Amino acid sequence: MRLISVYFVGLIFGVGISISGMANPAKVLNFFDLAGTWDPSLAFVMGGALIVTFIGYRVVLKQPAPILGARFHLPSDQALDLPLVGGSALFGLGWGIAGFCPGGALPAIGTGKTEVLIFVAALLAGIFFAKVFLVTLVSRLTASA
Amino acid sequence: MIMETVFTPMQSLVGGLLIGLSAVLLMATTGRIMGATGVVAGLIRPASTSEFTWRAVLLAGMITGPLIVYALTGQMPEVQVPISSPMLIAGGLIVGIGVTLGSGCTSGHGVCGIARLSWRSIVATLIFMVTTGMTVFIIRHVIGG
Repeated sequence: MRLISVYFVGLIFGVGISISGMANPAKVLNFFDLAGTWDPSLAFVMGGALIVTFIGYRVVLKQPAPILGARFHLPSDQALDLPLVGGSALFGLGWGIAGFCPGGALPAIGTGKTEVLIFVAALLAGIFFAKVFLVTLVSRLTASA
Repeated sequence: MIMETVFTPMQSLVGGLLIGLSAVLLMATTGRIMGATGVVAGLIRPASTSEFTWRAVLLAGMITGPLIVYALTGQMPEVQVPISSPMLIAGGLIVGIGVTLGSGCTSGHGVCGIARLSWRSIVATLIFMVTTGMTVFIIRHVIGG
């Protein structure tokens, strides 16, 4: 039951990404190219997603627990630290270079396009590298500081 | 290489609403944040089998998204990639490292985090939107110009 719902939730996300244009690097890069071939479409993606999530979360998070789970898993970390700032800046650099973000690229695997597979393979390698080496390093540095 | 794209406010808005709907449904059913980074990062060295399974199923749902769009409309969602393979690989690696250190991307921070009014997510989103814009500007108008 839980896994079937999770599958359909993923499907809705995948359809949403597909029709929104987030899986299309040409469109994503044009959104950021204010000085050139600007395409403001992605503001509508972000706006639409935020309106629904903002209202929906208000309703859902008032409940004592999720329907199919023991509790809500919400990040408790509040610190505006260096990994958050530096990591987000790096993400922006990579997004500007490739035009794919993780949420756009993952559903796009379904199109079977080689460029998507190349990006996702590199994405996985980057996440693996960061998880195995950098996160340990960062936590050691913050612990010793 | 620069490709012009067509402004698609309606599709992008509908896509955004569906992305928001999936985020709300995932929280309502399993109590989890809909973050593409969390989904893939959790597949690499997962804490337990069940932590792996729900993410794999969610990813499977996402990947079916474009196929459903194809089944309904007869057309795969457009994925135009005006980026060379070396740049896709570089971008993918940098995005992977960035989102792991920054604990999220466009979906986790940009949609779910902002909807929760999390300061970390608001700061992360501002940083990656600005750095993506700067990167695109430099590549297209400083280096490429």
